[in-house]
Amino acid sequence: MSAPLLEVSSLVKQYPATTAVDSVSFAVPEGICFGLLGPNGAGKTTTVEIMEGILPPTSGEVRYRGEPLGARFREEAGILFQKTALQDFLTVRQCIALFRGLYTHGLEVEEVIRICALEKLAARDARKLSGGQQQRLLLAIALVNDPAVLFLDEPTTGLDPQARRNFWRLVESVKARRKTIILTTHYMEEAELLCDEIAIMDGGRIVAQGPPRRLLSEHFADVLLELPRQDFPESARALPLKLMEAADRVEITTDDLEATLRTLLAAHVPLTHLRIRPPNLEDLFLELTGKELRP
Amino acid sequence: MIRRLLAVFHARNLEFLRDRGTLLFTILLPIMLVIGMGFVFGGPQRPLFKVGVLGAPGDAHAHLFLAERYVQFVPLPEQDAALHKLTHQQVDLLVDFSGGTRYWVNTDSPKGYLVEKLLLAAEPGAHREPVAGAALRYIDWLFPGILGMNMMFSCLFGVGYVVLRYRKSGFLKRLHATPLSAFEFLSAQVLSRLALILFITMILYAGIGAIIGFHSAGSVLLLLLLAVTGALSMIALGLTIAARFSSEELVGGLLNVLTWPMMLLSGIWFSLEGSPRWVQWVAHVFPLTQLLDAARAVMLDGAGLTQIAPNLLYLAGTTLVFLAFGAWSFRWRID
Repeated sequence: MSAPLLEVSSLVKQYPATTAVDSVSFAVPEGICFGLLGPNGAGKTTTVEIMEGILPPTSGEVRYRGEPLGARFREEAGILFQKTALQDFLTVRQCIALFRGLYTHGLEVEEVIRICALEKLAARDARKLSGGQQQRLLLAIALVNDPAVLFLDEPTTGLDPQARRNFWRLVESVKARRKTIILTTHYMEEAELLCDEIAIMDGGRIVAQGPPRRLLSEHFADVLLELPRQDFPESARALPLKLMEAADRVEITTDDLEATLRTLLAAHVPLTHLRIRPPNLEDLFLELTGKELRP
Repeated sequence: MIRRLLAVFHARNLEFLRDRGTLLFTILLPIMLVIGMGFVFGGPQRPLFKVGVLGAPGDAHAHLFLAERYVQFVPLPEQDAALHKLTHQQVDLLVDFSGGTRYWVNTDSPKGYLVEKLLLAAEPGAHREPVAGAALRYIDWLFPGILGMNMMFSCLFGVGYVVLRYRKSGFLKRLHATPLSAFEFLSAQVLSRLALILFITMILYAGIGAIIGFHSAGSVLLLLLLAVTGALSMIALGLTIAARFSSEELVGGLLNVLTWPMMLLSGIWFSLEGSPRWVQWVAHVFPLTQLLDAARAVMLDGAGLTQIAPNLLYLAGTTLVFLAFGAWSFRWRID
């Protein structure tokens, strides 16, 4: 395994009324997409903003290539914030050129425009872009210095499904250029698709960390059965099954599907609305915290 | 409808009352304005005319003119300096009671014309002395003040609100994630605003000169140098206010706290001749006063670089101090 590009050690961020980040430590190897997952308020954005050098930690530290964050990090990091406003009255090309001018090294403006498929929008006023187009522009700005590490903080929140998928394709193309990506998201589908490794956060702490498939295989059997809550009688709770309760459904994990189905049938549990699917990261979060990601 | 209106009214009041800084300045500003106006315009009777008195102050019993109401008599011991103030409309009339009453008047001053009538009504035998050199019109004296005032508003409000908007929108936060330093950002803002202000000031200078004409005895290049240093100082002053805060109302209040005293005390509209010494001392702390004093010296008296060097140094020094303070206290994001 290559040496970590970024190391986060015992990070704490305290506000008067709350501890947003509570002793968080992890390392990000070069060339992977590392996902920070969790619901709103889990501490993802605070952690990432400390990693970006935007927010000072209460204690702990972040090291980039073995050194505290400094001038080199600022030159080599690309950042896409959850919300960013740009200067008024500038075209897409002018916005990119503005940020290109802030870095010593980087890509040509036209190349960034091409990478982010902004050719047809380059002369348009940046304020007149749709949500998806605006995220592509912000990604272009984040890529303008040809960054070694790219931070994407909830990049697809608020986008429609098509725009989200388009954005994922762009991120995959960036990944293919061997960039290290730090992604925060509460979309599990996004994390499963893009991330090589994830850390799941809840209440300011990391509750699980590792490659998504390994985490799923560690915590779940092969398949997951899903039943509407109203179809699952109280008496069935005593059955020898591994249950997880979500707001509107009951989930059962098993490595012996036939035996589980026989048990349910014997207990007269109606199976009309039964769904059988492989477990995903959303299930993992429910399993680890007893809470749903998007209640 | 009333219920909705009251709900919004209540929420807005809460927002305002909980913004402590804004609340404080909303209360303090009018108090400061009242105090400031009191000092500048106050006193038992606001004088309409300023008359310089050469040499001995004169006996009010012997000279009825000294008993005139609404006339402020300002002792001016040096005749040359006193005549300079007369030609520059800093006093409306100059009178000497030693021996027979002699007086000098600026024939281009409407106030001089009126106060001369008062003098002659009280002392018909007063002898009018010729004023050597060209007397200046009020517009010649006022013109640098108007240019300076325009620069002050553009410098302070133009920069202050722009930086505040950048901070509120998150644009500053995004810039913070780049290698750009606070000093670089602030310097860029200063230079951008400077270019704009110089452009506008040059148009005003040329335009007003062409339309009404004005007296300018000194070097245009020196005036340009003054405009650059003066604008730099006031832009940097605006940035010290915008460097930290995120509330439009608070920043607006602070900018008003700066601009109003400068409006009243920097000598834009009238000379502070005869004001208490400490008021004149306070006025000289303001960059606008330094700028106007030097600009008038160049335009009205043809002063050279040596004469206005102290003003230039003051303006350059305050620029560095304000920029350094702005960079030190600068906040990229809302706390």
